[in-house]
Amino acid sequence: MIVYGTTLLALCYLAGLLLGEGLGRLIGVGTNVGGVGIAMLLLIAARIYLHRRGALPRETEAGVGYWGAMYIPVVVAMAAQQDVVAALRGGPVALMAALGAVLVCGGCIALLTRTGRDDTSLPESTTEQALS
Amino acid sequence: MLEMLDKMLNKNGLVAAFAMVGLVMWASVLLSRKLTFGRVHGSAIAILIGLLLAYWGGVQTGGQHGLADLTQFAGIGLMGGAMLRDFAIVATAFEVQVDEARKAGLIGAISLLLGTVLPFIVGASIAHAMGYRDAVSMTTIGAGAVTYIVGPVTGAAIGASSDVMALSIATGLVKAIIVMVFTPVAARALGLSTPRSAMIFGGLAGTVSGVSAGLAATDRRLVPYGALIATFHTGLGCLLGPSVLFLATKALVG
Repeated sequence: MIVYGTTLLALCYLAGLLLGEGLGRLIGVGTNVGGVGIAMLLLIAARIYLHRRGALPRETEAGVGYWGAMYIPVVVAMAAQQDVVAALRGGPVALMAALGAVLVCGGCIALLTRTGRDDTSLPESTTEQALS
Repeated sequence: MLEMLDKMLNKNGLVAAFAMVGLVMWASVLLSRKLTFGRVHGSAIAILIGLLLAYWGGVQTGGQHGLADLTQFAGIGLMGGAMLRDFAIVATAFEVQVDEARKAGLIGAISLLLGTVLPFIVGASIAHAMGYRDAVSMTTIGAGAVTYIVGPVTGAAIGASSDVMALSIATGLVKAIIVMVFTPVAARALGLSTPRSAMIFGGLAGTVSGVSAGLAATDRRLVPYGALIATFHTGLGCLLGPSVLFLATKALVG
C-alpha cells in the first residue's frame, strides 16, 4: 500500500526530529540540532534494511518518492512566503556572500581536479543520452 | 463572481496553493525552455517567481510572510511551512544510491565537507562585515551560502528572523543561478571532464539544481556523478548547520 511509504517517511521524520530535539537539550542549545539530517540518515538506513529483506515493494517506494518529488514545489511555496521586502533592505549581502562562496569553491574545484590520480572515464555518448 | 472565487480560495487554502504553485512551475519550465534555452533551470526560475510574489505580497500587506499574508493565498503558508518543507527534504534522502556513493570515495567526501564549510565561512564572514554581527544571523546567512535549503532549515532550527531567512534564501538562490549559468563557461578552467571531477564539482558547487543544471549544460553524462554527491549536500548541511557550525560561530562571536 502506498501509505506505508508515507508512514515510513513520517516515522523517520518524527524520530529524527525527536532525536534532534534531544541532542539539542543534551548540549544545551535549546533548539533542534540537525533533526532533519538525522531523519534523512534514518530513512537511508531504513531503506537499505527493508530492501535487503525484500520488504520494499514499488508502491511503498512511491509513497516516499511522491514527497521527494514535491520538494521543489514546496520550496517555491516557501520562497513565496519569505520577507523579501526586508531582505532587499539588506541589499548587497546576498550578492557578495554568493559571489564569494562561488569564487572560493571554484578555485577549490580547479585545484582538486588537477591533483591526485584520476582513473575515471566517461562511456562513449549514445544518441539517446545526447538527446535527453 | 469574483467574491465567490475569493471565498473559495479562502476556504480551500492548501488545495489552492497546490494549484497555484503548479501553475508557477509550468510557467517557469516554459520560460526556462523558450527564454534561456534550458540554461537556467526551471526550478530556479520558479523560486525566483516565488520570491517576486513574496515581495509583491509584502508590499501589499506590509506583513512578514510575503504572499501568505494575503488571505486568498494563506495555503502557501501551509504548503511552504516548516512541516511540509522538512518532510519533503527528508523524502529526497530516498534517492541516494549508497553503492554509488561508496564508489565516489574519499575525494567526494572531502569536497562535500569543503563544499559545506568553505561557503559557510565566506557567507558568515561577509554577513559579519555587512553588519549582521549576531551568531544566529551569521550562521543563517552562512548556511544560505551553502544552499538555499540549508539556509532556511538552519535558520528555522536556531530561530532566525524572517528577513534574515529571506536574505539566506536569496544568497543560496544567487549562488545556484551563478553555478547554473557559469558552469558551462568555466568547465575547462574547472577541469570538468571526468566522473571524478564531476563528483568533486558536485561536492563543492552545492545546490542540486545548480549542479544538475550546470552539468547538463556542460556534458549530459556528468550529471549523475555530480548530482549524487550534491544530494548529500543538503543532508550534511542540515546536519552541520544548526549544530557544529552554529556552535562554532557562537563560540567565535559570543
